[in-house]
Amino acid sequence: MSSAAVWMMLVAMATVWGGLVLSVLHLMRHPEEPEE
Amino acid sequence: MSSGSGSPAHARRETFSGRSAFIFAAIGSAVGLGNIWRFPYIAYSNGGGAFIIPYLVALLTAGIPMLFLFYAIGHRYRGSPPLAFRRLHPGTEVLGWWQVLVSLVITVYYAAVIAWALSYVWFSVTQAWGDDPGAFFLNQYLHVSEDFGLTLDFVPGVLTPLVLVWVAALAVLAFGVQKGIARLSMVFMPLLFLLFGALVVFALFLPGAGRGLDALFTPDWSELTTSSIWIAAYGQIFFSLSVGFGIMVTYSSYLKKKTDLTSSALVVGFSNSAFELLAGIGVFAALGFIATNTGQPVDEVAASGVGLAFIGFPTIISQAPGGVFLGVLFFASLVFAGFTSFVSLIEVVLSAVRDKLGLGRVAATLGVGIPMAVLSVVLFSPSTGLNLLDVTDAYVNSFGIVAVALAVLMTLAVLINALPVLRNHLNAVSSFRVGRGWQLMVAGVTPIILGYTLINSLQDHIRDGYEDMPGWFVGTFGWGTVVGIIVLAWLISRIPWSTRSALDAPDLDGKPVAGPVLDPAMDGKWSHETGAQS
Repeated sequence: MSSAAVWMMLVAMATVWGGLVLSVLHLMRHPEEPEE
Repeated sequence: MSSGSGSPAHARRETFSGRSAFIFAAIGSAVGLGNIWRFPYIAYSNGGGAFIIPYLVALLTAGIPMLFLFYAIGHRYRGSPPLAFRRLHPGTEVLGWWQVLVSLVITVYYAAVIAWALSYVWFSVTQAWGDDPGAFFLNQYLHVSEDFGLTLDFVPGVLTPLVLVWVAALAVLAFGVQKGIARLSMVFMPLLFLLFGALVVFALFLPGAGRGLDALFTPDWSELTTSSIWIAAYGQIFFSLSVGFGIMVTYSSYLKKKTDLTSSALVVGFSNSAFELLAGIGVFAALGFIATNTGQPVDEVAASGVGLAFIGFPTIISQAPGGVFLGVLFFASLVFAGFTSFVSLIEVVLSAVRDKLGLGRVAATLGVGIPMAVLSVVLFSPSTGLNLLDVTDAYVNSFGIVAVALAVLMTLAVLINALPVLRNHLNAVSSFRVGRGWQLMVAGVTPIILGYTLINSLQDHIRDGYEDMPGWFVGTFGWGTVVGIIVLAWLISRIPWSTRSALDAPDLDGKPVAGPVLDPAMDGKWSHETGAQS
């Protein structure tokens, strides 16, 4: 693989999978409120 | 018209047991065949590594904002698309039926593809396609007829798995929202990630995998200045997330009152893209192997859709060391990804009919599901099924899904100015708050892209027709389906809601569901106790 391809693969993984990790962390920091 | 007094007691609306059940179900719906067979090729042919930029922009400016919008509608107005839109504004029920009928059409042909994939799980074990997977798929498996039109020349090899797929889906749906839909996704989605993860690891060790990844990720920055890469990115996000044809409205109508909508949508949106990226890596590693093995450049083996899955992959499976393992993983992944999406599409139709007629779940599953199954089997298991599927899919995608989404956005944003109310609703229940920027995405950016896409496709299809199919065939099953859906949606929306319907049903807490966006006084027919406006 060329270095440009490796870099772009890493960028794609970091942004998309990183975005998923961040959104899951955000969700976990705001637990579900019990129904009244 | 129904009236508040003397109406029968309404059954409490079904609910997901909690946020995670909903998120799994929504991911199950969003992650489908398109993630596996569409994304890799779209990314490869639109700038490779450079595609990640317009793709992320599209996810953040259209995909996730649209998820927010449809979650807000379903959650606030507690209904399938027709009921939710009817409650939002009495004049917009037709939009809901338009979405439901688009889902119905997709459902009947989507089932066929899952049935093929199911057959191919077994064919992978026996390598049934021999030396010529293309001829095997078209001639020996589908028995594709050279004639266009409809026949009752059933192909038993397709008929059997197709019936099986329908029976399984209706059985899941009969169990209901939590015990059926949510449980299915909570098992199938982790399994899908495991299976596809194993496939990726396996594919990465095939000789030549690096060449495939090189082709997929080498950026062509010059593409960024062309409009086609941006349209492709928005199109991929839009089709992949299944926004616009009612699934998200339906599923969010089953959420408890206090549910963090936007934070859930972020997880769903990013999960869908996360899987898509994984699929890109797996598919292109495998394509790199076959290119290396046959001495071809990657661009000659790269493909998408039915051709990639049922002709390209069998070729790879036959030549790869441990191909049986690869084949079973690949086709089982297609079945798992497709099946949860398929169930969600049927649920849109069931839920709409249940709301309008006040039917119970089992009655609706049988009364609506079986006729849909019969239609699906009659249209898509005969030898003429592939051509019919091809044209219906092309037209419903280009003109059904895109047109209804555009119509919904323009109606909500311009005609009835519903976005501020929906924004307030999102912020009242969610931890990730949205502001005017969200409205700009939903009312500005997305409609412009959708409008441009729609006009482009209209020009292409009117000028060139569709592939080399006869005009009458495309006219009847392509344009006919698209226009027929709108006419039928309008007719169904004219049918009054009976007292048995869910229109007057209270919310989960016994209070009235939110009232329409406009002042009720502006619509003399409105007899609801409308509740307070946001």
